[in-house]
Amino acid sequence: MPQEMTELRDKYLRHDKKFPHVWCPGCGNGIVLGSLIRAVDTLGIEKDDLVLASGIGCSGRLPTYVDFNTLHTTHGRALTFATGIKLAKPTLTVMAVMGDGDATAIGGNHFIHAARRNLDLTAIIINNQIYGMTGGQHSPTTPYGCKATTSSYGHIEHAFSIADLAATAGAAYVARGTVYHTTMLDKLIVQAVQKPGFSVVEIMSNCHIQFGRRNEMPDPVTMMNWFKEHAVRPDQADNIAPDSLDDKFTIGVLADVEKPNYIEEYQHIRDRAKGDS
Amino acid sequence: MASNRKKKTVLLQGNEAIVEGALAAGCRFFAGYPITPASEINELMSAKLPGLGGTFIQMEDEIASLGAVIGASLAGVKSLTATSGPGFSLMQENLGYACIAEVPCVIVNVMRGGPSTGLPTSPAQGDVLQARWGTHGDHPIVVMAVSSVSDCFSVTVNAFNISEKYRVPVIILSDEVVAHTRETITLSTPETVEVVDRITPNVPPEWYLPYEDNSRGVPPMAAMGDGYRHHVTGLIHDAHGYPTQRPKEVEAFTRRQFRKITNGFYEIQQVKKFHMDDAEIAVIAYGAVSRSAHRAVVRAREQGIKAGLLQLITLFPFPKTAVVSALRQCNTVMIPEMNMGQISREIKRVNQEKTKIIKHNRIDGQFITPDEIYDKLLRE
Amino acid sequence: MDEERYEVRLSGSGGQGIILAAVILAEAAGIYEGHHVCQAQSYGPEARGGKCKAEVVISDNPIDYPKVTQQDMLLAMNQAACDAYFFDFKPNGLLLVDSTLVEQLPTSRVVAIPFTQIAREKTGKAITANMVALGAIAHLCPLVKLKSMESALKIRVPKDTRDMNLEALKAGAKAARAINLASLPRSIIPQEEEEI
Repeated sequence: MPQEMTELRDKYLRHDKKFPHVWCPGCGNGIVLGSLIRAVDTLGIEKDDLVLASGIGCSGRLPTYVDFNTLHTTHGRALTFATGIKLAKPTLTVMAVMGDGDATAIGGNHFIHAARRNLDLTAIIINNQIYGMTGGQHSPTTPYGCKATTSSYGHIEHAFSIADLAATAGAAYVARGTVYHTTMLDKLIVQAVQKPGFSVVEIMSNCHIQFGRRNEMPDPVTMMNWFKEHAVRPDQADNIAPDSLDDKFTIGVLADVEKPNYIEEYQHIRDRAKGDS
Repeated sequence: MASNRKKKTVLLQGNEAIVEGALAAGCRFFAGYPITPASEINELMSAKLPGLGGTFIQMEDEIASLGAVIGASLAGVKSLTATSGPGFSLMQENLGYACIAEVPCVIVNVMRGGPSTGLPTSPAQGDVLQARWGTHGDHPIVVMAVSSVSDCFSVTVNAFNISEKYRVPVIILSDEVVAHTRETITLSTPETVEVVDRITPNVPPEWYLPYEDNSRGVPPMAAMGDGYRHHVTGLIHDAHGYPTQRPKEVEAFTRRQFRKITNGFYEIQQVKKFHMDDAEIAVIAYGAVSRSAHRAVVRAREQGIKAGLLQLITLFPFPKTAVVSALRQCNTVMIPEMNMGQISREIKRVNQEKTKIIKHNRIDGQFITPDEIYDKLLRE
Repeated sequence: MDEERYEVRLSGSGGQGIILAAVILAEAAGIYEGHHVCQAQSYGPEARGGKCKAEVVISDNPIDYPKVTQQDMLLAMNQAACDAYFFDFKPNGLLLVDSTLVEQLPTSRVVAIPFTQIAREKTGKAITANMVALGAIAHLCPLVKLKSMESALKIRVPKDTRDMNLEALKAGAKAARAINLASLPRSIIPQEEEEI
């Protein structure tokens, strides 16, 4: 295993980038990055053929460290840039990594429309339930009652489920994982990239610095334990009383539907247009 | 669209001619959002691009439209979007990204009365300074104005060429008059259109530095997927494309952005002159208003008044040399605009109060007529 | 006054095909006769219902100002449009009205033809009145021949309505030929004003 890790590190990390990275010690983003690299390696995608786009925030820095075609865009807009790239060069595998605020607050409109459009992109959304880089303000996924620097009396808004939002908006593949369940996470990312059409992997991740410390989970271990204890596989959820599911969340594949994707459909349009002229 | 095969002459609206110009320049990607009075560009692109192997997509808003345009350009495809004032305001964020990441793209803004929803169906020229300074931060940018259907074709080709050559977003300012006026235009055949493509790297990938300075200040640009893996960011970056805060690298980066455009002034700053040789009074105008100005100048000449017209095609970088030369030559310069005086502000800046300047500002949603300009010329 | 420009304004209500008529006129003059043309129209809410106008400027020289300054011809397809756009004429300009819908005439230098009635009789569709009017314009406008108008029309109208529209166009030209222009007053400007 250490040998394998060293090989992956050498193959995929950018050695001309001035490490260390910007993330806090124990941050879940590193685990997501590891999972993403393992998934790409498993899939055997050439580094030249992969585009990794991001928005703004801690997650936004992730592409900087890996040796793909990488793109650090504006806040919330990663999917719009990814859309242009994929349409211009459909042979590329295009992924966008985003945070919860990035993807579903400022980028919420782009997110639901990307899902509706079903263009062949993979959205990796790191959900740490907080705006980390800007200093711990509440995000669309901050749970009711939690503390944040902009909800110091307790949060009075209700969080929404990114995975449910994606599935309702029409994504072809939706899964949720956590940074604790990494073996599963690797598989979910592999499946998501393989899926034609728009795929989403929401990843529950720990920001113990900005979220955990204000909400009685001040270190990575406590937060990992929280993920471990509150994550429920969909098949297990059936055996649990609905009341006790309140503070739980499901992990695994939550939606997987077959529908024509945008690239295929647009090729038909091109064929028709060429036939007409 | 009807065509006479012998003459290759067609009757087109300004908006349609922009599409023809873009396609002739090699544009094969368009992303946009419906907005009056620019929508014909979207509609025609959606009909024409798929048959050419290109791609049209209607996005969820103008922010997304410019995002997709930048993405497609990064993947090596020449890209266009078109909008009007409210949409142009939304694009400012990603416009800054195109500047800092040096992504060629062309943005058409068919100006309408503003601010806000304003006068959606009326002509105006109120976005001139927004085009220059709309996105935040210090940045050079190229802004061009069209005045006729034939301009719409040639300036659009030009805009793509400048954008590709200097790796800079180029904004084309049109207005409702130009957008919807139909005129005959003899379309150039593809072979006769001069098309400039971005320079791509000619070194092995391991030697490639995506933002390395060179004599022109414009680094070669590799398309995503062409084997030159690199990082693109909206943060200030070093020659590798990686974020930097080192003062020396930051300053060198920003100065290069300006230098590359300054190097191209002679080519980028385009104007047209009419009856300027012996002019004693000049009208300086741009966009559709320059047509009213031309009519007024012709009439003034008939009355023996030595009037001339300096038409600005490029608004930014501000064509200082041509404007100063007109200011030095003439006793009086008149500036008609469909705004409260956005270009006259620039002209006054370079005039330094030496030549008499008369502004003529129309802000009622109506096109400036030749009579208005002629009457003022007559009074001088 | 600018003699080198021939300026036509077509007006009526939204839905009467005013803009299409203007585009066909511009194409006939610009593409098939080889003149310089500029065609513009009212844009915005007024284009749907209410009165609307479309303009065509024709010249042998490049056209700078793209809009009408002094009309050589005004086509008015209803009373509201006639009232609204009857101004800025050259003295020898000509008013052309659909006498089915315009009853009060602002001048005697007018060619009144019942375009809508002719359309109903010839094609059974009042909607083709615009093409009847265009036929009349083809006869009255010295810069466009009927043949050019026919060629432009064929390309601009849907295939399945081509024959019907052509018939309407020809009927309009025929009606205009029956008018004796020489019998009209020479100037559109009232005599009284000229004497003042």
